Amino acid sequence: MAKVIGKIIIDIEHCKGCELCVESCPHDCISIADTINAKGYQYAIMVNDHCTGCVNCALVCPDAVISVYRKVVREPKPAKIKEVEIS
Amino acid sequence: MSDIEMLEMDDVCIKENEMYYKPSTLTDTPMHYCPGCGHGTAHKVLMEVVEEMGIENDIIGVAPVGCSVFAYHYMNVDMQQAAHGRACAVATGIKRCYPERFVFTYQGDGDLAAIGTAETIHAANRGENILVVFINNGIYGMTSGQMAPTTLPGMVSTTSPFGRDVATMGHPLKISELLAQLPGVAYVTRQSVHEANNVKRTKKAFAKALEYQKRGLGFCLVEIVTNCPSNWKMTPLQSNKFVTDKMIPFYPLGDIKVPEGK
Repeated sequence: MAKVIGKIIIDIEHCKGCELCVESCPHDCISIADTINAKGYQYAIMVNDHCTGCVNCALVCPDAVISVYRKVVREPKPAKIKEVEIS
Repeated sequence: MSDIEMLEMDDVCIKENEMYYKPSTLTDTPMHYCPGCGHGTAHKVLMEVVEEMGIENDIIGVAPVGCSVFAYHYMNVDMQQAAHGRACAVATGIKRCYPERFVFTYQGDGDLAAIGTAETIHAANRGENILVVFINNGIYGMTSGQMAPTTLPGMVSTTSPFGRDVATMGHPLKISELLAQLPGVAYVTRQSVHEANNVKRTKKAFAKALEYQKRGLGFCLVEIVTNCPSNWKMTPLQSNKFVTDKMIPFYPLGDIKVPEGK
């Protein structure tokens, strides 16, 4: 079965911490950091690996600071075992 | 265990896996808008459409007066600044000089619906072949939140501190429905950018409007109902909830006029 791996890269220096991406993420992958960037905003960070690359966060981001990557990994199917009758 | 867990950032974050990136038609200048403001999203969506259509060298924009007055710093296309409310008149001149170019104006509700009502209505009535992006947040954002023609009944602003009283202050102006009656208008739609699916619909609306302009069908208006967290005195999330609960029931989303026979 194929598994989808998503990753996001956030340009933290241009993030304004509006939390719209946090709200839009269906898998709760994004959170707001405790630290601040050079402008004094608490920026968004990725907090877990459940991301599927659905692009919701990037679509609602007003400052276009989020880039989204998605990779589909196909696991090899288990080899079928043929039963051979031995007579 | 498969090797899925072994995949690191470097394996995933490569060009082939790119799903979303900042369009090249936006400049690297950080936007001056407040956190959570819909202007940034609207800029981004419009510029994505321009990039996807490959018309960044053939499009001319007209910036308004208002919060989005610095739109020409953020959009990496040819831009012209217009006097307050006169963006449609300036766009008319540009389109008549360069009929083969795409022309759009980007205006807020104070600019388009208050001081520039005459220019907007007459440009629409003449059927000028331009795209007008109308950002409706129900308030004058740049001048710190005075009542605009589009302010909802009962909505508090700095010049209506007890809520807009329709008996003395008049009813909100629905520009989209007003312009849709005019024969020169080809396409009128109302969208929003506060949720991901609405952003996708807005993108489709821009693409349609530019396509109609290419075919010379007439005046296209895309109204975007959006938020103003700072002047509504709310957090970005609360303001988006206000858009869903109060603004959209009054300004219903969807196509108001589409060209006949497509």
